[in-house]
Amino acid sequence: MNTIQIVSRRGFLERFVSAGALIIGAPVLDRALGAAEVDNASFHPSVYLGIEPNGTVVIIAHRSEMGTGIRSVLPMIAADELDADWKRCKVEQAIGDPKYGDQNTDGSCSITNFHTAFREAGATARTMLESAAASKWNVPAAECHVKLHEVVHAPSGRKAGFGELAALAAAQPVPKKEDLKFKSPSEYRYIGKDMPIIDLDDLCTGRGKFGIDAKMPGMVYASIEHPPVFGGKLVSVDDAEARKMRGVQQTVTMDGLKLPYGFQPLGGVAVIADNTWTAMQARKKLKIEWDLGPNAAYESEAYKKQLLDTARKPGKVVRNAGDVDAEFAHASKVHEASYYVPLLAHAPMEPPAAVAEFKDGKVVAYAAVQDPQAAQDIVSKTLGIDKKDVTCHVTLLGGGFGRKSKPDYVAEAALLSKKIGKPVKVTWSREDDLHFDYYHSVAGMYMKAATDAKGRPTAWLQRSVFPSIGNMFAPNADYAAGFEMEMGWINVPYEIANQRAENGPVKNHVRIGWLRSVSNIYHAFAVQSFTDELAAAANRDRVEYMLDLLGESRKMNMKEDGPHLAKAGDKMDQFPLDTGRWRRVIELAAERSGWANKKSSPGHGFGIASHWSFNTYVAAVVEVEVDQRGQLHIQRVDIAADPGRIINPDRVNAQFEGAAVFGTSLTLMGEITAMDGKIQQSNFHNYPVARMSEAPLKTHVHIVASNETPAGVGEPGVPVMAPAICNAIFAATGKRIRELPVKKTKLV
Amino acid sequence: MIQLKVNGAARQFDGDPEMPLLWYLRDVLDMTGTKYGCGMGLCGACTVHLDGAAARSCSTSMKDAAGKSVTTIEGLAAHGDHPVQQAWKSNNVPQCGYCQSGQIMQAVALLKDKPKPTDHDIDEIMQGNICRCGTYQRIRQAIKQAAGVKA
Repeated sequence: MNTIQIVSRRGFLERFVSAGALIIGAPVLDRALGAAEVDNASFHPSVYLGIEPNGTVVIIAHRSEMGTGIRSVLPMIAADELDADWKRCKVEQAIGDPKYGDQNTDGSCSITNFHTAFREAGATARTMLESAAASKWNVPAAECHVKLHEVVHAPSGRKAGFGELAALAAAQPVPKKEDLKFKSPSEYRYIGKDMPIIDLDDLCTGRGKFGIDAKMPGMVYASIEHPPVFGGKLVSVDDAEARKMRGVQQTVTMDGLKLPYGFQPLGGVAVIADNTWTAMQARKKLKIEWDLGPNAAYESEAYKKQLLDTARKPGKVVRNAGDVDAEFAHASKVHEASYYVPLLAHAPMEPPAAVAEFKDGKVVAYAAVQDPQAAQDIVSKTLGIDKKDVTCHVTLLGGGFGRKSKPDYVAEAALLSKKIGKPVKVTWSREDDLHFDYYHSVAGMYMKAATDAKGRPTAWLQRSVFPSIGNMFAPNADYAAGFEMEMGWINVPYEIANQRAENGPVKNHVRIGWLRSVSNIYHAFAVQSFTDELAAAANRDRVEYMLDLLGESRKMNMKEDGPHLAKAGDKMDQFPLDTGRWRRVIELAAERSGWANKKSSPGHGFGIASHWSFNTYVAAVVEVEVDQRGQLHIQRVDIAADPGRIINPDRVNAQFEGAAVFGTSLTLMGEITAMDGKIQQSNFHNYPVARMSEAPLKTHVHIVASNETPAGVGEPGVPVMAPAICNAIFAATGKRIRELPVKKTKLV
Repeated sequence: MIQLKVNGAARQFDGDPEMPLLWYLRDVLDMTGTKYGCGMGLCGACTVHLDGAAARSCSTSMKDAAGKSVTTIEGLAAHGDHPVQQAWKSNNVPQCGYCQSGQIMQAVALLKDKPKPTDHDIDEIMQGNICRCGTYQRIRQAIKQAAGVKA
C-alpha cells in the first residue's frame, strides 16, 4: 500500500471521469502500522485524483462537509501540489466505499490523516504530466515543469495543457513515493491562503443540497413515532384516525432495537404520506400502547446524585504516580470539589434526514451522514443484504457535531422502502431529534488536592463517573472506554509528584454518543475549574499559577505514567503531549487579551482555561459582565491555539469562532433531563442554544505559527469554554459554578 | 383554492389550508432553499418575505399566505448577488450553511427597516435566527458591511 499506482478507471470513478483520463490513486497513511492494525481498513485509506481530456482536474472529497470546509480544503491540497488552476478543478463527493479508507468525518482528524495523501496525489500527477511532456517533445524531463495547469518546456518555450497530456501521462511510469518532490511553502498558491469554500455561492443562495432536501422519483414522506423511552417496544397501534387524514397513505410498524444499540433504528410506527407535514400531523393521531421497557424509571435528579456519590468513592485507577493517599494523610491543607455536567443534545440545525430506495435487492440512499460506510453497514444489517449492495451518497450536512456519524435514520428510510416498495424520505422533527439523540454523556467529577505553603498541589486526585459511549457497542459497559479516559483525564500534564486519576462505574439508560470534543468537555470543566479554585485559594495570578503547574517544557508520553489506554489512530509517539506548546498558548492568550493589565471587579471578570485535545493546544481568556439583574454577557473571548501547520487560516479561525459559541451554549444553557425515562426537552424553547445576543460579542482567534504535524481544529476550541466562562464568573461575582448549565445558578 | 405569488410567479394550492407555507415551498414546489429547523418559529431557518416583511414560513399556514406575495432565498436576487448575499460571501459567513437562507432573508428585512443598524438593532432582530455552527460574529460583520456602517 505504500506505492502509488494507477488504478483501473472502471467502477465508481467512471461516474466522474471520462475516457482517456489520467487517474491517480494514492495511499494515505504512512504510519508504521503494527501487524494487528494492517487488516483494519481504516488505516489504509485512499484518495483519487483524475484529469479529464478537457483538462478538468477531478478531485474526490471522501470526507463529509458539515461546516468545517473539509471538502474544499483537502482537495485544495492536491490541487496546490499539482499546481492546478483551482478554477479548473472539480470536487466530487465520494459515496461510501471502503476503498477510500476511513470516511467517518469525526475526531477532528481529516487534515491530520489525509493531508499527506492529497499532497502525494498532486505531486504524482505533476511528475507524470512532466514525464508525458518530456516524451512528447523528446526533451529531458528535468526541463519540463508544471505551471498553473500547463507543462512548460522553458528552453524552447513549448507549452501543453493538462488535458492534452492526460492520456500520455497515464502511460508514464509511476514515480516512487520516496522520489516525489514537493513544493516548498513559498510556492503554494492555495495552502496558507484564505481560499473560499467551493460551496459558498450555493450556501448563500439556497442552492446547497442537504439530506433533508434530497429527493428520489416517486418517493413518499415518512415521519416516525419512536418508543418514548429508550429500549421500549411497541405493543399495539390503532392507526384508524391517522389514516383518515387526506394525504396519508399507510402506516408501518418497525421492530425495536436489540442491545448493544449501535446505529440500529429505534423502531416504532411510521406514517407514510404525500408530504412531510401531513406525515408529521397524522402521527399525532396514532393511538399507541408501548411497553416502556427497562429504563422507564430513569430520572435525572436521582441519577445526578448517584454519579456524584459514586465519584466520592474509590474507583478504577487509570493513572497513578507517587502516592496520593500518603500525601493526603499528612497534608495540612486539602481542597475538594465536585462538578457536574448534564446530558447534552447535538441539535444540528438540520435534523436527521435521509431518502432511500430498496429495489431488486439493493439500496440507494442520499443522506446527510458523517460516515457513509457506517450507513452502508447498518442498512445492510437492518435489511439483511450485502454491504456492497448499499450505495450511500453523501449530501451536505446541516451541522453534524457527531450526531450524523450515527446513521440510524438512513436504516429507517431503507427499511421503510423495503416494506412499502417505494423510495422513502425520513425526516426527523426537532422534537424527534431532541427526544431520541445519542446524547453527550452526563458526568460527575470529584477533585481533591493537598497544597503546600504556596498553594501548589503536592497531591492531586481526580475521579470521573459517566455512562460510557462503550454502551453503544457493548451492553453494560459500566466503566469508561480507553479513548474517553484519554480525552483530558489521564493526561493532565501538571508537574505534581503524587497524582491519581480514577473512573467509577454507572449503568446507562439512554443512547450515549460522541458530541463535539466528547469527554474533554466535562474533564476540562473539572480540571480547569479546580485549577482556578486552587489558584484562588492561594490568591495567585491564574496565568502564573497554571504555568507553575505545567512546569518546565517537556514532552510527555503517558505510556510511561500509569496504564496507557490506547486509542485507535492517535499515537502517543506521534503526538507526545508537549507542555512547552501548552505553555505557549497560555502565554499567547494572556498577551493578546491584555491579561496583565486586566483587573476583575464586581460585575466584570476575566477567566482563563487551557486544554489539549485532538492534539491541539488551546487557551482561552473570557471577559464577562454580570449586570445587576444577574444577566451574563460575554464581551470578549481570546482563543489561542496551536494546531500545528494549517491549510486554510480563514476556516481554522471560523472553527474556533464557532467553538466559542458552541461552548457558550453548553455552558450557559445546555441541559437534557429525563423523567420516567422520557426526555423532557422538545424544541429550542426548552433546549435553548446560544443566540446572537447571548453569544460572545467578539471572539479573537490567535493561531500559533507552527511547523508541527497538522492536528485538529473542529473540536479543540470547545472544552476550554465552560471553565473559562465559569472562572470569569467567579472573578466577577465570587460565585463558583460547579454544575452546568450556568442558568441553574442565580448570579446575583 | 388558495392563490398566492411565489417569487413573482402566480401559484394555486388546493391542499390542506392549514399546511404551513414551509412545506408547500419545500415538498410541493421543490424550493428547498427555505429550511426546516423547529416548526415552531423558534429558530428562523424557514424565514421568507411575505409582502416584503420577514415571516417564519413554518408557522404561516397556506390560508394565511393566501393572496400574498412570497419571496424566498431563491427569488431574492436573480443572480444571487443581492448586496446582503455579497456581504455574506465576502465575509465567508457560512459554515454548514443550513441556517443561512433564513439569516440572509432576515438580514435583508432588517436593513429595509433600519438601513444603518446599531449592534443593538442587529441583536434584537437577528436573535430569532439560530446558527448552531456559531457564525454570529461574521453575520454581524456582513450586515454592517452591507449597510456600510463601521464594523
